[in-house]
Amino acid sequence: MSDPKDFVAGIDSDQRRSPTRVVFVTRRTSAQVRVTQEDQVQTFPEVLFRAALAIELLTIALVLFSLFFNAPLEGIADPTHTPNPAKAPWYFLGLQELLHYFPPVVAGVLVPTLLIIALVVIPYFNINIEANGLFLKDHARRVRLFYITALGMLAFLLFFHVYVAVGPTVIVTLAMIVASYSTPDSPSRLRRYLALKPLAYWIMTWFLLELIVLTAVGTWFRGPGWSWVPPWRS
Amino acid sequence: MPLNAGQLIDKVRGSRVWRSVFRSGTGSSTLHRALAIQQNIFLHLFATKVRKRMVRFSATWFLGTLTFGTFLILVITGILLMLYYHPSVPQAYADMKDLQFVVSSGLFLRNLHRWSAQLMVFLVFAHMFKVFYRGAYRTPREFNWVIGVVLLLVTLLLSYTGYLLPWDQLAFWAITVGSNLSSSVPLVGGKIHFLLLGGNQVNANALLRFYVLHCVVLPLAAILFIAVHFWRIRKDGGLYVQQSEPIPKPPPAPESAATAKEGQ
Repeated sequence: MSDPKDFVAGIDSDQRRSPTRVVFVTRRTSAQVRVTQEDQVQTFPEVLFRAALAIELLTIALVLFSLFFNAPLEGIADPTHTPNPAKAPWYFLGLQELLHYFPPVVAGVLVPTLLIIALVVIPYFNINIEANGLFLKDHARRVRLFYITALGMLAFLLFFHVYVAVGPTVIVTLAMIVASYSTPDSPSRLRRYLALKPLAYWIMTWFLLELIVLTAVGTWFRGPGWSWVPPWRS
Repeated sequence: MPLNAGQLIDKVRGSRVWRSVFRSGTGSSTLHRALAIQQNIFLHLFATKVRKRMVRFSATWFLGTLTFGTFLILVITGILLMLYYHPSVPQAYADMKDLQFVVSSGLFLRNLHRWSAQLMVFLVFAHMFKVFYRGAYRTPREFNWVIGVVLLLVTLLLSYTGYLLPWDQLAFWAITVGSNLSSSVPLVGGKIHFLLLGGNQVNANALLRFYVLHCVVLPLAAILFIAVHFWRIRKDGGLYVQQSEPIPKPPPAPESAATAKEGQ
């Protein structure tokens, strides 16, 4: 009984490499698998009918909207007469806004390409939106890195005069500063919420805010020569 | 003796013709309901059962469903619009005017197509962010996320190619601005620009190219990827449940089921 162990404890699910496995059930553990069974509903009819209802409500809303608001139609295309400003469709106006600050090869090619690559690789890089709060572990080092990154980003935006993108950066930075001073058992609900947010949350939220602000500015605040014109004066 | 509606439906569903089309049978048992999904070539993309808490509105906001809904509206209105549209210069613009003033409900049709298209782009983005914030992109759902990114691009391209078709000033210059960006790609930019437009600037060739892409190539790509996207939900283990969410109590044991139901 006192022989030295000649086995290695480990987890392996490769059936070809370790075809036989021994399960040790010690006194304090149990062989019972954790129950993950939960209530389910039948796709037909419960889920399909809900989906159909959602699509019907959507259709009604769109039909009503289409009855009251006409799609824009301007004069016939005229290559000799350039409107000022000439704007891309609204979902590209964030990029067109960047085009105002950076050369076309950066704003029109590099940024969209990098964005698509970034989106595609998200699930392959252990980016975990359900991870622990960013500042809960290794606090001092992470706070230092955060301040360097945030200040670097702000300096970059100010250097290229991208004042429009400064707003969202400042908002996210301030929220992250609050998060760095908060703990999950803070009495304030907001601070509890912020403290639990991982890095992935902060980056994506920053991207989402930039996307909204740049698109909104390009859509409503840009007039002739891409100058700043508030929507109520155009 | 006249039949009431319920009996009539049962009679139709029991008929030989109906049974030959829908092989899952006429019962309403759980098995029959599962078969109704599993035995249907379109519905078998989905799982036969869904976790109850994923049916709640807050779980998904129905964003994927609604995106698909806008796509359906766009296909139907798009086909109807094709009946009145010639992809040639300057007839394309004249057709817009005809839709506005001559064709019955033509204006409404175009409005519905246009606004649905705008909403679809918005919903695709919203769906993407919702999926990200829930963490539903992670293993084993990586590839379905990638298909989602492809569908985002297909949606943007569909919207972008459709933007040119009215051939008005708005269309012409929006496409000019957008396509000029492609010429700034290093080395091959000029070639890409020429390939996209079929010329050095937006002209009748570009209109025809965009029309073919908009009405044939991109919709087919969208349908293909949507099918894979739906099917992968089932293959990857159903709609994602957040790890942080507590698992609700398991269903009551059979002997206590009757009493539990009475209590509700």
